[in-house]
Amino acid sequence: MIRELSELTAKARWVWSETLRMHRLAPETRVASSLSAVEIFTALYYGGVLGHNGADPRWEGRDRLIVSKGHGSICLFPILADRGYFAMAELDRICQPGSFLGGIPDTIIPGYETINGSLGHGIGVGCGMALGLKRKGAARHVFVVAGDGEFCEGSMWEGIMFAAQHRLDNLTLIIDNNRLCMLDRCEKIMTVEPFEQRFQAFGWQTERVDGHDMAAVHGALSRLKLRGATGCPAVLIADTVKGRGVPELESDTLCHIRTLTPDEIDRATGGVR
Amino acid sequence: MSAAQIMTMRDAFIDTLCDRMAADDSIFFLAADLGAPALDRIRSEFPERFINVGIAEQNLINVASGLALEGFNVYTYAIAPFITMRAYEQARVNLAVSSQIRPVKVTMLGLGGGVSYVVSGPTHHCLEDLAIMRLLPNMSVYCPADWVTAGALVDHTRSTNGPAYIRFDGKALPALYAEPATVNLPRGFSQLVQGTATCLVSTGFMTHRALAVAQQRPGVAVIDLYSLKPCDEQALATALRPYNRVISMEEGFINNGGLDSLVAKVIREHELPCRQESVGFNDRYVFDLGSRDHLHGINGMDEAAVIALIDRQRSI
Repeated sequence: MIRELSELTAKARWVWSETLRMHRLAPETRVASSLSAVEIFTALYYGGVLGHNGADPRWEGRDRLIVSKGHGSICLFPILADRGYFAMAELDRICQPGSFLGGIPDTIIPGYETINGSLGHGIGVGCGMALGLKRKGAARHVFVVAGDGEFCEGSMWEGIMFAAQHRLDNLTLIIDNNRLCMLDRCEKIMTVEPFEQRFQAFGWQTERVDGHDMAAVHGALSRLKLRGATGCPAVLIADTVKGRGVPELESDTLCHIRTLTPDEIDRATGGVR
Repeated sequence: MSAAQIMTMRDAFIDTLCDRMAADDSIFFLAADLGAPALDRIRSEFPERFINVGIAEQNLINVASGLALEGFNVYTYAIAPFITMRAYEQARVNLAVSSQIRPVKVTMLGLGGGVSYVVSGPTHHCLEDLAIMRLLPNMSVYCPADWVTAGALVDHTRSTNGPAYIRFDGKALPALYAEPATVNLPRGFSQLVQGTATCLVSTGFMTHRALAVAQQRPGVAVIDLYSLKPCDEQALATALRPYNRVISMEEGFINNGGLDSLVAKVIREHELPCRQESVGFNDRYVFDLGSRDHLHGINGMDEAAVIALIDRQRSI
């Protein structure tokens, strides 16, 4: 666990540059939506938020993390390697024969709980886990990371209703709110905001942060995890930028499917590595 | 309880499951706002392990898979076409795919297979389930013909790993087996009538029809096939080898992956010297009203139609 904010920020920068390095090795990976979630995963894994054990990925005492926005979590690969889930050398084999690090991560990767890539499943599965943990009397927390575009899926709202109905205060949903779907800005396709009013109407506690403000993300996640027996699930709306730190991605509404050239990656990472 | 008693599959299954829940606290029962007389016992005796998710089949499967990942053995219950088709992708991703990597013990109970919700029309008829659920790797598929078989499936699904789908008929039907021990679930089928030349291979409700036909045409054999996946195909090939005609009978679409496809695979791979025909619904939905027999009659599936098929083939 990292206690100093400056160290957390430095770690997030390392995760960011490793994510770009892996994208260079495997250009078919979705890099833009992975860059928006860097601080979220860094806070969870390095900030003492998520109880976990890299040497024993299925340790019964772990908190559960479901990455519902599967594609956009390539940034989690270097974190898992760094935290001991698998060897760092595995990162160099991404998308190669014999590797388990695919373009869309699944539970064959140590540290991933579920099959990901089909959107809209994570919250319902997380509800089942949170309920199961309560029935077992296990004081463990379930985190679900979803993208804002996922809220077009009706199954999300089935899960959201279920979580409130069953008072799942051991469940925290994190929205990587980068405001972009594949083809355009969310509000031009299907409006999913305002999240606060929607979630509060469904009986959830809400909080919103700048998703790239390491201190804010870490503080909010720590508070929400330790919120105690509130009787209601909570959502953290993390406002983020898709393709964060790479001008070619940040300025492109079609960045979801954009592959960066080696030159673009060099320009983005130059001077920070 | 005498074997000849008429009873619904769901009540036999849920009654047995409720008995097991008393000693096995890993069992959860999730329903998508669908009841049963026997279910009232589970609701009152195990309120912590009975959950009605509401009319939300997708969430039914998602929540069940989350509980299963926490080590619970979860039974999910909804109307057959909705649990299989509204939630098909949830079953594919979170049960079929996931269980190839991690243990996922979820059994999907679909009520109202075939046209057993007779006058409810195409939304409530379920003619695709056997084919589409068979299609999913790692998914077991059962279609019992009576409540004894349905009851036996409780302990069978408890003792086997991985996800399963069970099609329950919507109506109470008489027992075909004296006791659960006479049902051979690992093999997947039972030969109920020996015969010569022609063998009817039927599943679910159609086994009752096959038995009625065999009474009218002595010498016609009947095999009740209740486990479409897994099925001991070597044993089925051995059972079918004496016959030169095999007629599959299912309350589902034919020529598209259901029981007849399983039978065709066995005939082909074991080079059985027989001709195969399929009895079932032929690529059209059913808007007609009337009795179940009536619906079967206009689709060439009632007793007279099957007998005519057998006789016609004999005269060639």
